[in-house]
Amino acid sequence: MQSTPFLIFFFIVKNQKTITNLVLIILPLLVLGISLFAGRYPKPLFMPFSVLTSDELAQKLVFNLRLPRLITAALLGASLAAAGGVMQMLFRNPLVEPGFLGVTQGAGFGAAFSILWISTSPLIIELNAAAFAVLGLVLSYFIARKIRFGGWVLRLVLSGIAVSALFSAGLGILKYMADPTSELPEIVFWLLGGLYSVTWKDLLYILPVVVVGLTTIFLMRWRLNLLSLSDETAFSLGVSVGRERTLLIAASVAITAVVVSVAGIVGWIGLIIPHISRRLTGANAAEFIPVSMSAGAIFAMLSDDLARVLTTGEIPLGIITSLIGAGIFLVMMTSRKVSITK
Amino acid sequence: MSSGILTVNSISYTYHPERPEAVKQVSFEILSETVTAIIGPNGAGKTTLLHLMLGLMKPVTGSIFIEDVPISEYSRRELSQWIGLVPQSEYIPFEYTVLEYVLLGRAPYLGPLDLPGREDVQIALESLAEIGIEHLEKRPVPALSGGELQLAMLARALCQKPRIMLLDEPTSHLDLSNRNTTLRILNRLRKNGTTIIFSTHDPEAAALIADHLVLMRNGQVLDAGTLDETFTKEKLSLTYGTPVEVVNIDGMRVVRSMERLS
Repeated sequence: MQSTPFLIFFFIVKNQKTITNLVLIILPLLVLGISLFAGRYPKPLFMPFSVLTSDELAQKLVFNLRLPRLITAALLGASLAAAGGVMQMLFRNPLVEPGFLGVTQGAGFGAAFSILWISTSPLIIELNAAAFAVLGLVLSYFIARKIRFGGWVLRLVLSGIAVSALFSAGLGILKYMADPTSELPEIVFWLLGGLYSVTWKDLLYILPVVVVGLTTIFLMRWRLNLLSLSDETAFSLGVSVGRERTLLIAASVAITAVVVSVAGIVGWIGLIIPHISRRLTGANAAEFIPVSMSAGAIFAMLSDDLARVLTTGEIPLGIITSLIGAGIFLVMMTSRKVSITK
Repeated sequence: MSSGILTVNSISYTYHPERPEAVKQVSFEILSETVTAIIGPNGAGKTTLLHLMLGLMKPVTGSIFIEDVPISEYSRRELSQWIGLVPQSEYIPFEYTVLEYVLLGRAPYLGPLDLPGREDVQIALESLAEIGIEHLEKRPVPALSGGELQLAMLARALCQKPRIMLLDEPTSHLDLSNRNTTLRILNRLRKNGTTIIFSTHDPEAAALIADHLVLMRNGQVLDAGTLDETFTKEKLSLTYGTPVEVVNIDGMRVVRSMERLS
């Protein structure tokens, strides 16, 4: 009997990788399960389990509203964190985030454009946001090709900044023109980001793109390390630099565009989660990308829990993620723990 | 027995059609298991030539052959199993450990979706040991000194197990002791069967280990041949565009600039 703890310890050491992988899957599922009970019905904070078995309204609430919403939150968090991690590696810059390259500002402009002139139906807003997010990327890409100086990464960064600024200015004009009593609040609320209106239909609409994008990133995660080297070194190691970089950027932008189109602008996840994950696992993308996906999903679900629980109304998700994300960022940047040991 | 492993046949390259050619009608042959130094002043076209040999850029005219097959006929993967590169320096923004970084050298042998396995880790560890930096295995790359980074880059290229290793100015930012360590390792790699080609603007570093020299100036090869044939006062003066003298001290060739500054 005395050897049982030893055997458990031996099992853990021997199967460390398998156990880590299991934890990365089980932990978000656990958070999802608990989060289903978080909210303000029938009372603030947690719904007792007995209510779910007896109250029909509670069942509808949990399975028709909270479940699709939380799964979407998990996909949103995993997507933004993975896309952020990918962008940081490809652009060899730890401060890059997925909204970069005109994607987020494009989506914001597209949504406002729809609210003002096309339709305020959620689906139309989402489609428009996604279309303009992709347009943001396409513009960034073609302008980068036209820039006559600097390496490819620098040119993409510069054109991304310019395109984001253009969309941001355009969005400013749309806000200025919007009816301050009806349209403007709707634009502002969309921009703040939130999952309050998400249904099973929305989830099914983003699911294929998110699954394909996340799978691509997951499978190619070790290659990201190669792509973070200089072009000539990556080339000398047999990497088709242009092709692989384009594929990974396309996957990242696609998942960012679809999740932003249903959730609005939810900031900081794509920046902060890859940072935290790298602190946990080290810089090797083969390890930090799966951790980022898992941690991103957990972070987004917990943030959404706070959005639902804290007040009787609802705090937009984007505000919560920015508040917590920026807070963590400040703590990390000013903490005394030096991560480089010389 | 040395034989031609890499042949450069009258290649030219220009970065922009309206600019002068960076490499003009260059031809030479590299023998297997030798050390060749491409020497010349800054801006002579040495790095461009290395990138052309790597296959990173295609020459505008002429061809490059590995064992008589044009490099354009090798796949990316095949080529990367043949030729490794140690760049002049490497900016690495993320804190990979030295082992993780060296392991990237296994990429030519892995499929696009593969992760390196136990065997690859073993080869990476052997590369570290061969370069003599096994003690740096767990150190983050950004925390390495210039000399240590140079050795880590060498280990990464060695882990690739290439037959030909290209090095761009491998000693230019090293102190004398680190320079000698690097040159000693290159010498050893040659003895173990790797063909070494390196560019340098330091003729003394070349003289210490090179069997052959390629003298370059303004994108052209002024001369190519054995060290004895090419390491002369006249040829080096012409290459560097300044009068120099070659002095022999205890069997070592030293180059002295004869130009007075005032």
